[in-house]
Amino acid sequence: MKEKINIDVKKVAELARLEFSDDELKVFSTQFQAILEYISQIDELELDDVEPMASPLPGPQRLRPDSQEKNTADTPEATQKMAVANAPGSMEGYFVVPKVIE
Amino acid sequence: MEYEAVIGLEVHAQLKTRTKTFCDCSTVFALKPNIHVCPVCLGMPGVLPVLNRKIVLYACMLSMAVEGTIENRSVFARKNYFYPDLPKGYQISQYELPINKDGIIRIQTDSGTKKVRLNRIHIEEDAGKLMHNHDGTSFVDFNRSGIPLLEIVSEPDMASPDEAVAYLKKLRTILLYLGICDGNMEEGSLRCDANISVRPKGQTQLGVKSELKNMNSFRFIHKALEYEIKRQTDVLEDGGTIVQETRLWDEASGTTKSMRSKEEAHDYRYFPEPDLLNLEVTSALLEEARKNVPELPDAKAKRFVAGYNLPQYDAEVLTASRDLAGYFEDMVKLFDKPKTASNWIMSEMLRFIKDIDTGIGSFKVTPAQTAKLLGLVEDGTISGKIAKSVYERMVETGKEPDGLIKELGLEQISDEKEIQEIIKSVMEKNQREVLQYRAGKEKVFGFFVGQVMKATGGKANPSMVNELLRKNLKEVK
Repeated sequence: MKEKINIDVKKVAELARLEFSDDELKVFSTQFQAILEYISQIDELELDDVEPMASPLPGPQRLRPDSQEKNTADTPEATQKMAVANAPGSMEGYFVVPKVIE
Repeated sequence: MEYEAVIGLEVHAQLKTRTKTFCDCSTVFALKPNIHVCPVCLGMPGVLPVLNRKIVLYACMLSMAVEGTIENRSVFARKNYFYPDLPKGYQISQYELPINKDGIIRIQTDSGTKKVRLNRIHIEEDAGKLMHNHDGTSFVDFNRSGIPLLEIVSEPDMASPDEAVAYLKKLRTILLYLGICDGNMEEGSLRCDANISVRPKGQTQLGVKSELKNMNSFRFIHKALEYEIKRQTDVLEDGGTIVQETRLWDEASGTTKSMRSKEEAHDYRYFPEPDLLNLEVTSALLEEARKNVPELPDAKAKRFVAGYNLPQYDAEVLTASRDLAGYFEDMVKLFDKPKTASNWIMSEMLRFIKDIDTGIGSFKVTPAQTAKLLGLVEDGTISGKIAKSVYERMVETGKEPDGLIKELGLEQISDEKEIQEIIKSVMEKNQREVLQYRAGKEKVFGFFVGQVMKATGGKANPSMVNELLRKNLKEVK
């Protein structure tokens, strides 16, 4: 393998809103390193003529018409009830969350 | 030192589809929260997005309208961030390979037509809505979650608040002509953020920019940009430096305020959306888009100038709304004096119309009725002045002009004998003024015209009154 890739696991964890102990961060750091080094083998290939691939699956995505097919039997009340059914907090059909203002 | 502003705009246009971007929930505005939602737009685990074809069609139509490039192949990406209005923890957007690139929007400035270049137009989904309470909680409603948006990004080609507003108005007009967005800024179906920096005049390098948000009307955008130019100029003149940041327009104080955000906040870690394959635009869809693009405001204005011999100004006022332009064209089909028709629309009709985008369709007076009214002025049945008061009644009642004129007894008096009689009696009642006139005081002529008009309730044919008065006043008894 070529040069060592450095990855800030702590920052990645913060962005993902995950909390880890220092020991865990060390373990992940080693594992992430290994993954990145494995992937970096691609850098050794001559790829100038290869178009970047967004998906390994072939073919274009299928589109749907702009019309309603499902949910038509549900009343607004039933839809609302379904929506907030598993919410930790809800009131009058709203999800309730701790106040966040950016 | 003199400074100049550099402005670029990012516009989000909500698309007028029946269903959302990746699910078939309704896009109709609802007062009750969370009733137009499903597992897809609520971001439940395991659901898969399926793109609405109409959005692709609309994106292509807009690209054609602004002479942009439609990419045969584009890619969706995840924009990752945490916020309670974003149920999945990411927004599906387009990043490296958007559906549309480039494009031009032409605006009129004091120094002529200016081309504002577009950088890109891409498809993305809207987030939900938050309502903040005083008790430390926020309410979340996902009815808006997943509603389709086109983000239209301009190059930093605008140099003043006026130009920025002209650009936005033009873009809005194009969206309305295409019928793909309702353009309502107050309700948020058209939203605008601005990137703005200042630099010493003549310098080519761009200054440090700030990003302005929360401006939901043309007026606020103008005011916010004006304020920000002054603020940045003041900072630089005092030897300070501009900090790159997001600022919110605060209408109450008439200022922009820094939005302090966490350092990590803008690390979106874009990556291709694994749940969606490449988006390919088929030739059938392109053909359909082409058929759906109507004659656009610039082309229409050009045709109005060339075909109807109208001044550029008139052409622009009339083509600012597709409905208004249609109204004018329907009118001149029946009344062959385009400039007279245009004058009437601009000075009379538009007084009664608050919003030219929504008000024309429900306006009570039809183009045919207005044409008929102007015809009655042309053939001398009524005077221009009376036409205005008849028109007011037409606007109220929607009645035909000829009927109203009869009903109100407003036909113009063009009978020479009748006018002659009236002049005679006016002269008899005002003998002192007659003598003054004959003694050379020609100013009293206007007094006689006024008296005759008063006696006929304004109905006498003005040119006949003038002619007969002169004749009568000259004669020595």
